[in-house]
Amino acid sequence: MTDTRNYTASEILAVLSSRQLTDGQVVFAGVGIPLLAATLAQRLDCPGLTILFEGGVVGAFVEPGKLPPSTNDQRCTKRANMVLGSADVLLLLQRGYVDVGFMGGAQIDQFGNLNSSFIGDPAHPKTRLPGTGGGNDISSLTNMIVAMKHEKRRFVEQVDFITSPGFIRGGRSRAESGLPMGGMFRVITELAVFGFDDTDRRIKVLALNPGVSREEVQDNTGFDLTFDDQLGTTEPPTEKELATLRMLDPERLFIG
Amino acid sequence: MTTGVEPYVQLREKLSKRDRSLREKVMSLEEATKFVRDGDTVGIGGSTMSRTPMALIWQLIRDRRKELSCSRCIISTDGDLLFGSGVSNHIETSWFAQGILWGLSKVMRHNVESGGARYDEWSHMAMGMRYRAGGMGVPFLPIRSMLGSDVERIRPEAKEIDCPFTGERLLLVPALNPEVALIHVQRCDAYGNAQVDGLQFMDIDLALAANRVILTTERIVSNDQIRRAPDQTKIPFFCVDAVVEVPYGSAPHECFGVYEPMLAHMDAYVRQVNKDPVGAMQDYLEKYFYEPASWNKYLELIGMEEVLEASRRGRSIYND
Repeated sequence: MTDTRNYTASEILAVLSSRQLTDGQVVFAGVGIPLLAATLAQRLDCPGLTILFEGGVVGAFVEPGKLPPSTNDQRCTKRANMVLGSADVLLLLQRGYVDVGFMGGAQIDQFGNLNSSFIGDPAHPKTRLPGTGGGNDISSLTNMIVAMKHEKRRFVEQVDFITSPGFIRGGRSRAESGLPMGGMFRVITELAVFGFDDTDRRIKVLALNPGVSREEVQDNTGFDLTFDDQLGTTEPPTEKELATLRMLDPERLFIG
Repeated sequence: MTTGVEPYVQLREKLSKRDRSLREKVMSLEEATKFVRDGDTVGIGGSTMSRTPMALIWQLIRDRRKELSCSRCIISTDGDLLFGSGVSNHIETSWFAQGILWGLSKVMRHNVESGGARYDEWSHMAMGMRYRAGGMGVPFLPIRSMLGSDVERIRPEAKEIDCPFTGERLLLVPALNPEVALIHVQRCDAYGNAQVDGLQFMDIDLALAANRVILTTERIVSNDQIRRAPDQTKIPFFCVDAVVEVPYGSAPHECFGVYEPMLAHMDAYVRQVNKDPVGAMQDYLEKYFYEPASWNKYLELIGMEEVLEASRRGRSIYND
């Protein structure tokens, strides 16, 4: 038996997220774990992955040890194919050139809606969070992968505020709201990999991460979970995945 | 209504009254910020920690301007400083924190949660389409994001329509024509022909949309030099009302190809103000904003070592 926990929560998040990407895709990545995971995929099995950043970058190729502190810093442009204005790179989503949107999340609900704006009543918030950035645009216009920490207060039945739409109230409510394209595809946490039901659009567990039980996932979730009939177990991060990840982020800026 | 859409004729009249002749506009920071009046709407160029017009914000804070209503695509510590100094009590943007490295801004939280200031949230693309509509001289543009979200619900300024051609649901976002735009660039000539290296963010639309534009620049170059690479010119001189040469004019933020963010200073700043968003912020403003005799003295306080290290990293973007 190998030690299945020779990695941090952020590391398994980055590795499992990177595995969701396919060579040849165009992926719009947010800062932090998404940027890192997309770069990891590019260095491993997806050399033809085209990474977009909201700062205006098309075809990013981030250098090891030089991770940008935001997606609007000069480091994002190193060896990129193209630099656009930020509105124009976001408009590529609207036109449909982007296969996958890839973001972190502060709070998510059973229909994959994300909140990064308010805790409590928006009119008198308990906590004013930073807001959407490009998150709302990305999640409104393409298929989403979300990588986030798994905590009960982050996995709630209904978010206080829909910053970035998932399937809104489930069923056909997303399309009926004026968002006919895209939607939640996968949610990756350090405990499990989630997908969404084709009909009611509710989140469900597709696979448990190594050493994680159904109970552990349920105990850390603020609503009753559905487990897929074909419930699987994810493969633990390989030595190569971890080594490459640690090479990319030697200062452990994003992998904790 | 300070944030409403300006009637087209009014917008054109304001523009026709500007002196758009080919003339030299070089002046000091103190002279340039006279183009900003209390209560103005102010568009801020750059994004997050990049090409922030920090020297102009520094001067506006020293001038003790009041009730500025500011907008930026994404705002960082410049937003903290505008709220914390009392220069602004209203910011429209898509994301407001010091930077992803530091989590939530306690300064933004304190000012917004206490009701002292307003942060109006739009999606990033919506901010872009609002500046673009402003720059195009149309009152709105349609977008396909924000729909169905609570970001839309709390922004009644945006209007849903059914497309007259397809019947599809669209969101119309109102044009943003700030009274003044503050933009920092790598180089421009004395007339204001501005060349931007690297990420341009929303600065071209912002410059075209604004009723007045103040440029700060790392260096002023000759018009001949601009003419040797006209494809690099992103903002034409006739948009520009003032030009100020301010080396390190974005410090402690980044200016593409010249310097990266001064992260030691940023770290220290965040630690200080997040502990006490009122008192410690005042201490920071006293030390770095009100007391220094000049912008160069401010840079001296950030420190030679930090400025040089940021420059080394900044220029390395051109290394193979």
